[in-house]
This record gives sequence, structure tokens and C-alpha cells, in this order.
Amino acid sequence: MNWSEFVHMGGYGFYVWSSYGLALLVLLLNLYLPLRRRKTVRRLLHEFLRLKEQTR
Amino acid sequence: MRERGKTPSPLALSREGELVKIYILIDMHKYASPKFFYTLAGQLTPWMAALTALLLVAGLYFGLFIAPADYQQGESYRIIFIHVPAAWMSMFIYVCMAGAGAIALVWNVKLFEMFAGNCAPVGASFTFLALVTGSLWGKPMWGAWWAWDARLTSELILFFLYMGYMALEASIDDPRRAARASAILALVGVVNIPVIHFSVEWWNTLHQPASVSKIGTPSIHPSMLAPLLLMSLGFTFYFFTVALMRMRNEILERERHTTWVAQLLESRS
Amino acid sequence: MPGFLKAIGCLLRRDLTVALRRSTDVLTPLVFFIIVVSLFPLGLGPEPAILRTIAPGVIWVAALLATMLSLNRLFADDHADGTLEQMALSPHPLTVLVLTKVAAHWMLTGLPLVLISPLLAVQMNLPESAMGTLILSLLLGTPVLSLLGAVGAALTLGLRGGGVLVSLLVLPLYTPVLIFGAGAVAGVIAGIDIEAHFSLLAAFLALALTLAPWAAAAALRVSLE
Repeated sequence: MNWSEFVHMGGYGFYVWSSYGLALLVLLLNLYLPLRRRKTVRRLLHEFLRLKEQTR
Repeated sequence: MRERGKTPSPLALSREGELVKIYILIDMHKYASPKFFYTLAGQLTPWMAALTALLLVAGLYFGLFIAPADYQQGESYRIIFIHVPAAWMSMFIYVCMAGAGAIALVWNVKLFEMFAGNCAPVGASFTFLALVTGSLWGKPMWGAWWAWDARLTSELILFFLYMGYMALEASIDDPRRAARASAILALVGVVNIPVIHFSVEWWNTLHQPASVSKIGTPSIHPSMLAPLLLMSLGFTFYFFTVALMRMRNEILERERHTTWVAQLLESRS
Repeated sequence: MPGFLKAIGCLLRRDLTVALRRSTDVLTPLVFFIIVVSLFPLGLGPEPAILRTIAPGVIWVAALLATMLSLNRLFADDHADGTLEQMALSPHPLTVLVLTKVAAHWMLTGLPLVLISPLLAVQMNLPESAMGTLILSLLLGTPVLSLLGAVGAALTLGLRGGGVLVSLLVLPLYTPVLIFGAGAVAGVIAGIDIEAHFSLLAAFLALALTLAPWAAAAALRVSLE
């Protein structure tokens, strides 16, 4: 199968690639969210610990 | 529960036995301790991620390049390699969620509470993915973006169950009450899912014209089975990876009062 | 335990009395039921054939929604004045107390729906042959709706978000009852054998009677902590 046939997917290219594209999007999003949350949590905890030190 | 008088049970252990029991309990508590799990999860995550990537790449390769086109559906059937594993994951994750919730309810283990709560977004995502890919698969076959096919309808109801779970958890402020209430909801849901599935199947056979079969599952050729399994396993390890990542975040947040978290942050900053 | 049966009788009588004093609480879901069913001809046109086709589904969905609306009065009032805590602390099993409350709730919500459904069936042009099936299916189905609804109400006790949240939790769980309840009525019109429908509705009822009060009691304990 050559490249253009592969993309075309027998006329169903839009459907097939939308599906795979959406899957990729979902996987990336669910990976991205915890990573971003991690940064937020670390930042919040640093703040929290700093305040705890101050008010000791 | 009324307290009966203390009569020795026939299963009472000897003194040695009691000591062994205590050691086992201490050990279990160590494993269920957030700190231990945090480090363990941190070590496991890269391996899980690597395994995920490997399985998904292999699955995609076999699915897109090796498996031949279907006789009836042409190339569009390749959506099956996303749709079916996603549907399986949506079910599997719900069961995990309910199981973890049950353990958290009965044995009061915080770690399982955290796990259950973190299952929901990933599970809902897979359900959503299964629904949309089901639509995308159905459109070229039936000419309509949505058909009340048995599997799609069951997935839709499962999506609502996930939404309900997440809404309940979000609307309770106290994390303990939220976890326990959601656990009960998940258990009620998990008992209902077979009933719902059965009812929808029945409803569908009654109303669907004979010509349109169940989202046209092509007869499973062995070359199609391999990518299906690879993608499913890949998604499973993906779920574990994400769950571990989310749990680590939650542990840090929940255990912020402990010394080990303080030390960890100091050493990292 | 001689006090046990007395307690149940007492609770039943109390719930019924209190609810009947606040008769608007009891009548509103009923009126809602009637209004919702009447909306469909207004929305779809009065063509008798169309109404006859959609009648089983419409009546059943309206019954679902009306039950949903009434769920808030199951536990909320008792929770607000502390009675619910007393019930949880009492020596009688909470499961049975919950079942009693649900029974009282059904008598004043589900049963009226069942009794008024023939009128609505006439409005929707449902053939008379199907009337009996409609009543029987609702008779078997509405208790299940109340029982499952109790679990939802117990889980969301005291939460902001209230009514809509309960709907989101409970409506997906109602789908099997809806499928077989409305299916029975549609089936009898189409002339197919509906024995399976009723067996399943009865099975759902049996299952709900045994499991739902227990789950609702557990949920109440969680909510009352």
C-alpha cells in the first residue's frame, strides 16, 4: 500500500483518521492533566510549607 | 450491633499465631501507607509508560499495516481497533472503580479511596472515545451519525453513570464522605450494568430492522485479533500509568501535613 | 422484638400523616405528571395514530420524571429537623426503617400515578386493551423507581445541587424498568407475548426490594457522619 492509498483508506479516510486522531487527543489530554496538576500541587505545597515555617 | 460476651472462638490462634497475625497486619499497613505507595508508584510509572508506548505502537502497526481490509467494510473497519478497546476499557475501569470503592468502604483504606476517585475521568474519557468512534464507524455504514445500536446505547448509559459519579464526588466537600458516597454509587451502578446491558440488548433486537445488524462486527480474523489485544493491553497499561500519576499528586496533597512530604519537597526544590 | 413491628407501623403512619398535611408536596408530582403528558400532543400534533405510538413511552417517561421530582421529600425534611439521625441511632435496623419510609413515599407518589394513568392513557389515545397492562406495569415499576430513588436521595442528602443531581444519578439506573415497562404496553398493542416483560419487572422489583433499602441505609450513614 503506498502512502496516498494509506491516507485515503479506501474512501473512509476522514472517519478512520478522525477516530485515531481523537484517540490520540484523549490519551494526550489524560497525560497532560496530571502533569499540570503536579506542578500546581508542588507550587501550592511550597507555599503551604513556607507559611507553616513562618507561623511556627 | 450488640456486644456478645467474650467467649473464645474455636478459631482462636495460639500465642505464636497471634504474633504472626500482628506482623502481617503491620506489613499490610506498611504497603497501604501513602508514603510507601508514593515511592513505589514513582518507580513503576516510567516502566508502565514504556510498556504502554510499546504496546500501542505494536497495536497500531498491526492494525493499520498488517491486517488486511475487510471484505464488506473496506478500510473503515480499522476504527474497530480504537472503538472496541476503548469500550472494553470503559467497562473495565468502571469495575475497577467499583471494586476499589468496595475495598475502601469495607476496610477503610485511604489508598483505595484515592484510586477509585481517580479512575473516573479516565474511564469517562474512554467511554466518550468509544461513543464518538462508534459514531464515526456507523456513519459510513448506516449513513447516520447516530444509531440506537445496542452497544452504543449501553455505552451512552455508561457515560451517564460516569457523569453521575463525577458529579456526586464533585458536589461533596468532605473528601471522606465524597469517597464513600461515590463508592456506594459505583457499587449500585456495577450491579445495574449487566441489567442495563441485557435490557438494552433486548430492546434493540425488538426495534432494529433485521437488515441492520449489531454495528457490523466483522468476523474476527486472526490478523485482526492481534492488534485488538495489543491495543487493549496498551490502553490498560496507559490507564495504570495515568492512575499512578494522579494518585501521586493526590497523596502529596493529602499528606501535606506529614514530615516525609516536607522533606521530599525540600530535597527537590 | 415486639417493639419492632410497632415501630414500623408507627413510622408508616407518621410519614403518611406528615405528608398528607403538606398535601402540595404530594399533589405537585401528580400535576407535573399530567402536565408533561399533555405537552406531547401540543408539541407533536394531535394526530391520533402518532399519539397512540408514543403513548407508552411518554406516560412511562413522565412517571419517571414525576418520581424524580418527589424524591426530595423522602429524607430531606427528616434530615433538617434531626429525626433522621434519631432513626439511624435507634435499635431498629435502618434498612427496615428506610423500606418503611419508601413504602409510605410510594403510597403517596407512585400509587396516585398508577391510579391516574388511565385518564392520561385516554388522552394519548391508548387503546383500551392496553389499559390493564399499563396499570399493571406501572404498579410493578413505580415501587422500583421509589426504591432506586431512595438510594439517590440518601447519597445526595443535604447537598447543594439537590434535585438535578439526584436525577443525574438515578435516571440511568431507571432505564431497564423503562424499557420493559413501556415495552410491555407497546407489546400488548402490537400483539406480542409480554409474559417476559412482566417476569422481568417482577424480578426488578424483587431485586430492588432486597438491595435498595440496604444501599440507601448505607448511604444515609455516610451522609449523616
